[in-house]
Amino acid sequence: MARPSIPKPTARLLSGRLGPWWELFYRFGPPRWTTYMRHNWAGKRLVIAVPYLWLLLFFLGPFIIVFKISFSEVRLAMPPYAPLWQWVTEKAIDVHLNLGNYLFLLTDDLYVSSYLYSLKVAAISTVFCLLIAYPMAYAMARSSPATRNIYLMLIILPFWTSFLLRVYAWIGLLKNNGVINNVLLALGVIDEPITMMQTDFAVFIGIVYSYLPFMILPLYSNLEKHDFTLLEAAADLGAGPVTSFLRVTLPLSVPGIIAGSLLVFIPAVGEYVIPSLLGSSDQLMIGRVLSDEFFANRDWPVASAVAIAMLLLLMVPIMLFQHFQSRELAGAK
Amino acid sequence: MAERRNDNKKEPWRDPSAQAYVQIENVTKRFGDFVAVNNVSLKIYQHEIFCLLGGSGCGKTTLLRMLAGFEPPSSGRILIDGKDMADTPPYERPTNMMFQSYALFPHMSVAKNVSFGLEQEKLPKAQIASRVEEILDIVKMREFAGRKPHQLSGGQRQRVALARALAKRPKLLLLDEPLGALDKKLREQTQFELINIQERLGVTFVVVTHDQEEAMTLASRIGVMNRGEIVQVGTPSEIYEFPGTRFVADFIGSVNMFEGQLIEDLPDRVRIRSAELGGVVYVDHGISAAPGAVVWAAIRPEKINISRTAPADAAENCVSGVVKEIAYMGDLSIYLVKIASGKMVRVTLPNTERLSDHERILWDENVFLSWHSSSPVVLSQ
Repeated sequence: MARPSIPKPTARLLSGRLGPWWELFYRFGPPRWTTYMRHNWAGKRLVIAVPYLWLLLFFLGPFIIVFKISFSEVRLAMPPYAPLWQWVTEKAIDVHLNLGNYLFLLTDDLYVSSYLYSLKVAAISTVFCLLIAYPMAYAMARSSPATRNIYLMLIILPFWTSFLLRVYAWIGLLKNNGVINNVLLALGVIDEPITMMQTDFAVFIGIVYSYLPFMILPLYSNLEKHDFTLLEAAADLGAGPVTSFLRVTLPLSVPGIIAGSLLVFIPAVGEYVIPSLLGSSDQLMIGRVLSDEFFANRDWPVASAVAIAMLLLLMVPIMLFQHFQSRELAGAK
Repeated sequence: MAERRNDNKKEPWRDPSAQAYVQIENVTKRFGDFVAVNNVSLKIYQHEIFCLLGGSGCGKTTLLRMLAGFEPPSSGRILIDGKDMADTPPYERPTNMMFQSYALFPHMSVAKNVSFGLEQEKLPKAQIASRVEEILDIVKMREFAGRKPHQLSGGQRQRVALARALAKRPKLLLLDEPLGALDKKLREQTQFELINIQERLGVTFVVVTHDQEEAMTLASRIGVMNRGEIVQVGTPSEIYEFPGTRFVADFIGSVNMFEGQLIEDLPDRVRIRSAELGGVVYVDHGISAAPGAVVWAAIRPEKINISRTAPADAAENCVSGVVKEIAYMGDLSIYLVKIASGKMVRVTLPNTERLSDHERILWDENVFLSWHSSSPVVLSQ
């Protein structure tokens, strides 16, 4: 694009007095000014700015508020916590930093055990998701492009129904006079109904069922990119089907496995609805504890401390996820 | 073009008692209605470099993949070293393949790629390491042993692929367009390296290529394929000098083809009258075709002389025309001469001397084209 390289003499005179904006205006003129903006500023930064602003406003803001509340003391008032600081006089601030909420998390057995229980449930569910999803994703990636799309549709189809509704449907299936027990009784396989509701089993079923697509999709998108000739090469070099899978397909699908596992594990740790509806009330998951603290106990400071602690614990897998995702992206280039 | 030194080796295909290492017997491969390979029979002998040459979609790669075991033949059988391969999966065959895309394992280093096959044989670690080093030395990739494939150039990847395929010391190495991705200089260099490696290790090579120059350089014998069938099998010079059909003559190198009728057919000479040529072609060797049959006289561009004055014996094997196009290729020049019938005749002249413009034959000059009576090949199909 040809730009007038020598500004007019008047512009040079004016620019001294009126500052750089005139300089800009005279160099590029009114129509070129927008070009300048488009080239140097507007597009790139605007596109990035929108999600950043969104996150700042609706994620970082509330996070800071929760962080602040976690250091205050509970109080029977509206809002139900003491302010962190008060103006004592005009020039002095009285700050109350209460670390007791965090200490309380460690001293009361309930929190640690529900943390561990949540991690256990999430980990086991993730493993089962992986075991079920891998063959499915592999079969999808190996099928013809037309059937592939049908399979993808079928994987995504359940999302068209409300998540809550689908979990309720599992109650109908699992309860003592539910579909599964009735069928088994009618077939004579069992004499009395198996108790499946309010057990860990039901929680695993619910989580594995709900989160399976989040495991299948990243695995599928990884496996689909695999070069089939690599398996032919492995076979040609004397590797049987099992060895080929273990030494070629599996290592190459590690980024997909990690992405899928984190997509299942992270939300499963904080899962609230599924354990509340399907699980027992003896052992609570941390999401349930959190909501109980907020809404039943109305102890906002402790609830905030639980939330912050959970977030910090989950930071590790989230950062791992970030790391592998960026590696996956770099590998795709 | 480099001719392979065959003088010190006998040519096993001329010996009827020789045992073929690979026997392909009436092999047909169908994909649905499409016949990719049609009733192909071939014998490939040990220590050969056999090139399957043909255009894209002629079935050459399918034939190679059947040898490797990736595709089962629809009918017919393949014997390697006398054993029927019908029920042998690829991982149990004595063959290794170098893939067109190289198919290097992206998550493994060069050394790991090369040792992969050896590890499947459960060899001791020390032996694997020494074999890997040895083979990387051969392909001159030793200093790159620790690199991953994506850190290598195309030529280096190609060497690693070759090393990986050679590491298990296969009796039969299958190469699918091995040099396809290389530029011309590197390609020529690698062709000679391939021949050297083949002679050093005594492996039998079956090479698939669409590049006739590559086939000419590498092959001890070439099998020309067209539409799933083997059209002709022979040494590079046989294929070039004595093509059996018009397809082969046209596919290998370039050729001027004149349609005509046999007017004299004796055991030691034939005469063909060609309207297309506007004259008579006299050939000093006999052919087998019915008198009066329609035949084609094929003359290679480099076997035609071009001159301003008519040659002494201009009654036969001579035609005049006007130079329409000249392409200067450096080592030779290509002339396109339009003869009376309107047909363009292609003539190549080596640029043996640096001639000034007035000495050279130039555009729109009237010229005479002539050739020796041994030059034309008479084709009846």
